[in-house]
Amino acid sequence: MPPLLEARDIHVAFGGGFGGGRRKLALAGVSVAISSAPATTTAIVGESGSGKTTLARLLLGLRAPNSGSVAYDGIALAGMTRAQHMAFRRAVQAIFQDPFDVYNPFYRVDRALMAPLRRFGLAPSRSVADERIDTALEAVGLRPSETRGRYPHQLSGGQRQRVMIARSLLLSPRIILADEPVSMVDASLRATILETLHRLKTDRGISLIYVTHDLATAYQIADRVIVLFAGRIVEAGDAEQVIKHPKHPYTQALIAAIPEPDPSHPWGLGPGAPPAPRADGDEHGGCAYASRCPLAMTMCRARTPPLHAMDGRDIACFRFEGTAT
Amino acid sequence: MKRNALLIAGISLLALIVLAGLLGPHLVAPELADIGAVRPRRLPSAANWLGTDTQGRDILATLILATPQTLKIGLFAGLIGLAIGVLLGLLAGYFGGAVDGLIRVATDVMMAIPGIAVLVLVATNVRTMTVALMAVIVAGLSWMYPARAIRAQTMSMRERAYVDIAQLNGIGGVRLVVVELLPNLLPYIAASFVTAVSHAMLATVGLEALGLGPQNELTLGMMIYWAQSYGAIIRGMWWWWAPPVAMIATIFLALLMISIGMDRLVNVRLRVDS
Amino acid sequence: MTGAALEIEGLSVEFPVSGGVVRAVDAVSFSLQPGERLGLVGESGSGKSTTILALLRMIRPPGRIVAGAIRLGGRDLRALDDAGMRAARFADISLIPQGAMNALNPVLPVRAQIEDVMRAHGIDCDSAEMGRRIAALLDGVGLDAGVADLFAHQLSGGMKQRVCIAMSVALEPQVILADEPTSALDVIVQKQVLSTLAAVQARIGAAIILVGHDMGLMAQFVHRVGVMYAGRLVELGAVRDIFAAPRHPYTQALIASLPSLARRGSFRGIPGIAPSLLTPPSGCAFHPRCPHAMARCRIEAPRARDLGGGHRGSCHLLDEGVHAAPA
Repeated sequence: MPPLLEARDIHVAFGGGFGGGRRKLALAGVSVAISSAPATTTAIVGESGSGKTTLARLLLGLRAPNSGSVAYDGIALAGMTRAQHMAFRRAVQAIFQDPFDVYNPFYRVDRALMAPLRRFGLAPSRSVADERIDTALEAVGLRPSETRGRYPHQLSGGQRQRVMIARSLLLSPRIILADEPVSMVDASLRATILETLHRLKTDRGISLIYVTHDLATAYQIADRVIVLFAGRIVEAGDAEQVIKHPKHPYTQALIAAIPEPDPSHPWGLGPGAPPAPRADGDEHGGCAYASRCPLAMTMCRARTPPLHAMDGRDIACFRFEGTAT
Repeated sequence: MKRNALLIAGISLLALIVLAGLLGPHLVAPELADIGAVRPRRLPSAANWLGTDTQGRDILATLILATPQTLKIGLFAGLIGLAIGVLLGLLAGYFGGAVDGLIRVATDVMMAIPGIAVLVLVATNVRTMTVALMAVIVAGLSWMYPARAIRAQTMSMRERAYVDIAQLNGIGGVRLVVVELLPNLLPYIAASFVTAVSHAMLATVGLEALGLGPQNELTLGMMIYWAQSYGAIIRGMWWWWAPPVAMIATIFLALLMISIGMDRLVNVRLRVDS
Repeated sequence: MTGAALEIEGLSVEFPVSGGVVRAVDAVSFSLQPGERLGLVGESGSGKSTTILALLRMIRPPGRIVAGAIRLGGRDLRALDDAGMRAARFADISLIPQGAMNALNPVLPVRAQIEDVMRAHGIDCDSAEMGRRIAALLDGVGLDAGVADLFAHQLSGGMKQRVCIAMSVALEPQVILADEPTSALDVIVQKQVLSTLAAVQARIGAAIILVGHDMGLMAQFVHRVGVMYAGRLVELGAVRDIFAAPRHPYTQALIASLPSLARRGSFRGIPGIAPSLLTPPSGCAFHPRCPHAMARCRIEAPRARDLGGGHRGSCHLLDEGVHAAPA
C-alpha cells in the first residue's frame, strides 16, 4: 500500500532572485511518510526557522518544492488530474494556528461549513447539509444555536477553532494537518481541543499531523515525533522514546529548555548565556547545529550528517553512526 | 457612522450640487444660457443673479447647465479609471511574479509621465473633442491610483489564512479572487473611486481651461476658458470667472470630505476586524 | 508593610464601552518585596496586562483607575502629576512591554534608543561616557558592545528582547514590569532571555512582576504567583504552595489542564467559556464553570481569605473550611 501522504527528498529555497540576495534554504533533503493504516498521529516539532510551516504547506499542496515531490496515495501532486486533485483536497484537510484569520470576515461562519459540503458535492439538499453541520458542531462540543448565523468576531477564539475542526470533520478526511492549533487558544481550552483532535484518531481513524514548537502538547497526542532544525530532520522516532530519551544534542537542549509546571523540578536558570549565533550550516556545508553543539567535532563543521536509522529511530548526527537510511 | 460627520457632510454637499443641477433647469430657464439671450456684460442684478457674459448669456443659467456636465465627465472617467485600476490591481496583487512586475512597471511609468503633457498631445490631435472622448482620455490617466491601492490590499489579503482554506476547498484563480477577496476590497474600492473621480475632474478642468475641451459643450472648465479668452479678467468681470471657479472648488471640497470620511470608515472596519 | 518595593491596595480599573462599563481590574491587592519575582498569571480578559498598565498609569482614556492605592517604595504614585509620573517611569518603575521586539524604532540604531531613555531622564554626560554606559548595559545582558550600532532588523528575536531588557534597567529602577516578554520567542531562547533577566535583576536589586499565561514559566521563574480571573485576584501564594496545593477551584483546574511531559494522554480542560466582562456572572465570576459551585457562589462575591504562609484565596469554600480536592 502506498503511503497516505508522502514528501520525498524535499528542497525548498527562498530568495536568490534578481539582483542577487542570499538564497535561504528553508528545507533540505526532508522526507516524511504517513502510512495509510493504522491511523497515527505524527508530530513535526521545530522552532521558528526550522521549516516546519513550509513543510506543512508543502504537504497541503499550498506550495510546490524546488526539488523533490509530494504524493498522495502514491500519486504525485504535481501531475494530478482534476479528479485526482479534488480527491486529494477532500482527503487531506487542515486546521491553522490563528482562529480568526481562517475566516473571511465578510461572511458568517456558516459559510466556512457550507462551502466544502457544496464544493465536494457531499450534501444533496440544504436540509441534509444543515443536519450534517449540526452533527459536526455537536461532535466538537459546540451548540449549533449559539454558533450558526454568527460572524467570526462574535465567537471566542476557542469556539472559532472548534468550528474549524468541525469543518474538517464534515469532509471525513483521511488525514488532518494541524498547524499550531492551540497556541493562540487560552490555556484552559487547550486540553479540550487537544482531546477533540486525539479522538478524531481514536474514534474515527483519521490520521493527524501535528505541527508545533510545543513538545509538551505534542507529547500528549503523538505516536511519532519528527524534530526539525534549520530545514533538516535531526531526529525522528517513537514519541515516548524521543521525548523521554532524546539522543540528538538539539533535541536534548529543546527538552531541557521546556519549563515544567512543577517548581520542584527546576529548570536551572543559569547566568544569561550569550545569544546563540544563527544556524549557518548552508554556508559552511556542515551541520547546522555545530556552532552551538557541546559535542561538535571537526567533521561536524565540514560535512552535513545524513539521517541514519539507529535503534528504531532516525538520527542525523555524526556521534551516532548507524546504517544510512 | 454617527461619528463620521465629515462623510455625511461631504455626501450632503455633493448631493446638494447634484440636486441643483437636476432641479435648476426648472427654476431658471435654460434658454437664458444661449448666446444673445440677454443683454451682455451686465453686473449681477435682480434679473440676472450672477450677471451676464460678453455674449449675452446668463451666468447662473450657464452654471446650472455646466455643473452636471462636469460631474458627468468626472463620474464616467472615474468609473472607467476605477474599473481598469481595480482589475489590474487584483491581477498584480494576486498572481504576483511576472504579471505583477509588468503591471507595476506600467503603473509607475504612467504615473511619472506628466498627465497634462499626454492630455495636450492627444487633445490637439483630435478633430472634435466630445465629453465621451474626454472621459476616456482622462480615465487613461487616473487608473494608476486605484491600481496601486488595490494591488497593495490584495497582496496583503492573499496571505490571509482564509485564502488557504479556500484553496483547500479546491477553489482557485479567478473564482477565489471574486468570491473571497473582492467583497473585502469593497471599502477600498469605494475610497479609490472617490480619488479617481477627483483626479478625473481635475484633469478635465485643466484641459478645458487650456482650450482643449469640448468646444460645443457647456462645462465648468469651458466656462473658465470662455471667460478668460474673452478677457473677463482684464475687463474686471469677476462675476463671469468666479462662479465656475467657486463651484469647482466646492465640488472638490465635497469629494475631499467624502474621501477622508471613507478613509475613517475603512479604518474603523479594519480595527473591528482585528 | 515597611520595606515593600511596591504595594497595591484595592486597585480597580474601568473602561466605558458602548453598552456599559467593563471592570477590567477589580479590587486587586498585593505587595512586592525588593528582589522578589512575582508572577501574574491568567487568561485573556483576566486583567493581568491592564493591572500592569495601571501601575504605570498608562491606561488609555476613556479607561481609568477608579479606586485603589499604588505605593512605590512608600511614594503614592496616584498622587503624582504627569511630569512626576513621567520621571518615575523607567527611573523607578519600568516596563518590558508585550511585543517588546516591535517596540524598537526601526530607523534608529540601538545606541540612539538607549541614549534616548537616559537623556530623557536627565542623565547628562558626554558621548564618550554615554558610549561606555551603553556598552556596560549591553554587556550586562550578554550582548556584544558592537550591537549598539545595529538596527532592529539586524537582530534576532532574542537579541531584540535583550536590548529591551537593557533599556528597562538603564536607570536601575526598583520595580521591573515584564508583560509576556518571551511569548514570541522559541523555548531555548526564552530560557536564555529569562536567565538574563534574572541575572540583571539580581545585580541591581530590583523586583520583577512577570505577567503571562504560561504556568510552566511561572513555576520555573517566579517566587510567588498571583492567579487572576475576570479581573480579580483569586489566589496568591508562594509558587511551591500554589502548585503543590492549589486552593481555588480555578487554579486547581488550570494546573490540572496543563499538558506536561510528566503525563500523557490525559486531557482535563475547563468546561465553559471565559466570562464576559461587560455582563460578568453574579457573585463569584467563576461559578458557572466551577465544579464545586454552591448557591452562595451565585449571590455573593467571595472575599480574600488568609490561608497562612502568605497564601490567600478568594473562594467561599475556603470560608467553610472545606479543603476542596481538585475535581
